[in-house]
Amino acid sequence: MSTTVYQEIADYLVAGEEEKREVKKVTAELKKDLTVEEGYQVQEKIVSRKLAEGRKIVGPKMGLTSKAKMDQMNVDEPIYGYVFDYMVIDNGGKVSLSDLIHPKVEAEIAFIIDEDIEGPGITGAQVLAKTKSVIPALEIIDSRYENFDFTLPDVVADNASTSRVVFGTSPKCPSDFELDVVGATLAINGEIKELGAGAAVLGHPANAIAMLANMLARKGEKIRKGDVILSGALTGAVLLEEGDTVLGKFDGLGDVSFIVTE
Amino acid sequence: MATEVAMKQKKYAESLLEAENTLVGIPPLTEADPELTVEEAYYIQLENIKKKTADGQTIIGKKIGLTSKAMQNLLGVDEPDYGHLLDSMVIENGGLVPKDKVLLPKVEGEIAFVLKKDLKGPNVTTLDVLQATDYILPSIEVVDSRVKDWKIKLPDTIADNASSAFYALGGKPVKVEDVDMELLGMVLTKNGQLVNTGVGAAALGNPAQCVAWLANRLADFDISLNAGEVILSGALSAAVEAKEGDTFTAKFAHLGEVSVHF
Repeated sequence: MSTTVYQEIADYLVAGEEEKREVKKVTAELKKDLTVEEGYQVQEKIVSRKLAEGRKIVGPKMGLTSKAKMDQMNVDEPIYGYVFDYMVIDNGGKVSLSDLIHPKVEAEIAFIIDEDIEGPGITGAQVLAKTKSVIPALEIIDSRYENFDFTLPDVVADNASTSRVVFGTSPKCPSDFELDVVGATLAINGEIKELGAGAAVLGHPANAIAMLANMLARKGEKIRKGDVILSGALTGAVLLEEGDTVLGKFDGLGDVSFIVTE
Repeated sequence: MATEVAMKQKKYAESLLEAENTLVGIPPLTEADPELTVEEAYYIQLENIKKKTADGQTIIGKKIGLTSKAMQNLLGVDEPDYGHLLDSMVIENGGLVPKDKVLLPKVEGEIAFVLKKDLKGPNVTTLDVLQATDYILPSIEVVDSRVKDWKIKLPDTIADNASSAFYALGGKPVKVEDVDMELLGMVLTKNGQLVNTGVGAAALGNPAQCVAWLANRLADFDISLNAGEVILSGALSAAVEAKEGDTFTAKFAHLGEVSVHF
């Protein structure tokens, strides 16, 4: 398939993002036989377009890292996308609904990488050895597709639904924690809506980063020093509404919060 | 009339005890007696506990059930329930659950409290519980229902000693001052595979709050919680069915691990 088709799909999805409107999933009309590999080709076009517009990559993010989501999508490997600088909201800051389509929030642990990590064959333990620090995060996902209805190739093409992220402000040394049993709660307006522990992410959040290194290696790419990587959701996703105060609490890692405005 | 009720409760208690001894589940009590109340059900439970203690068994403590929103919704109730822990229900950490003593067992990971002071309701607060706690431990509770196929309504499970069967304590004793119980994470594995994760907040927002509820509810029956008693404070994640040959391990942040075999 010619790369123009990938570019067209990429532009179609970026238009949805920029115009804050839902679009039909790619596999519904535009390209019914889109494969996962092609989904990543589309994603690369989106990334290139944003880089060309002067946006900067903060780091990759992992998606579909929970057993529940993998079963739901009938896959045995997570997916990845990229977080850009314009997506980062300050801790305690505002997320404006008018900038987004139908955002949901999830609690995650982010890894700040100290040295390049190049697959294949990378394991979670090796990732921890090359992790400078971990910070709690609230990721706001916002699929550009109607009703969050998509197939695996669709969500890959859509930059893994990446939309906004709020990072905590107090990085911690990963060796001070057992990240698989770090508990997190996600509360909206004081009421706990979702909770989970680190093991919800592929058994251990570092395993997700290891898989990322191994997936990138297939394309001759690697995790880079300085990348800030979202490792996947510890909790279920909660739909955001105007006026919500969102608070993620992470055992020993601290709190992350934001408010939702019009 | 009073005697009639007492006779009825005795009869129900006997049928539950027989089901336990013969491993033949009975139809739900509420099927034949839709009017059976929660209070009556607790007296049925007490009837069998008295019988067992008269036979030489010892009360070790209590267990709290239905502490999660999911379970409360499932049974259409808005408060937890409780049962008694007897010495015959103790399994050593890593020990075997006797297959000739369970029907359809399920496994849950919980935080166990060991008390150093008596607690008598009403008006016991969460802070009272924390001050009366000697230490906490990780535990696995094996729940089972003497009601055929778990077809329980609230009075059925209460009469059946809150569906308790066995429990194991493990890990290491930890003081409540050293942890944030609300965010204390847990991962449950079956035969080495991740089953689910949980966090202390899954139990009514905080496990210590469950113990306070228990102390206050027991006041209705003029029962107090005593120094030295073990209190299983409620499941941190959904109950998982166990089959012969299964090994379950619950790993808790800060507290260590506990496991049982079937």
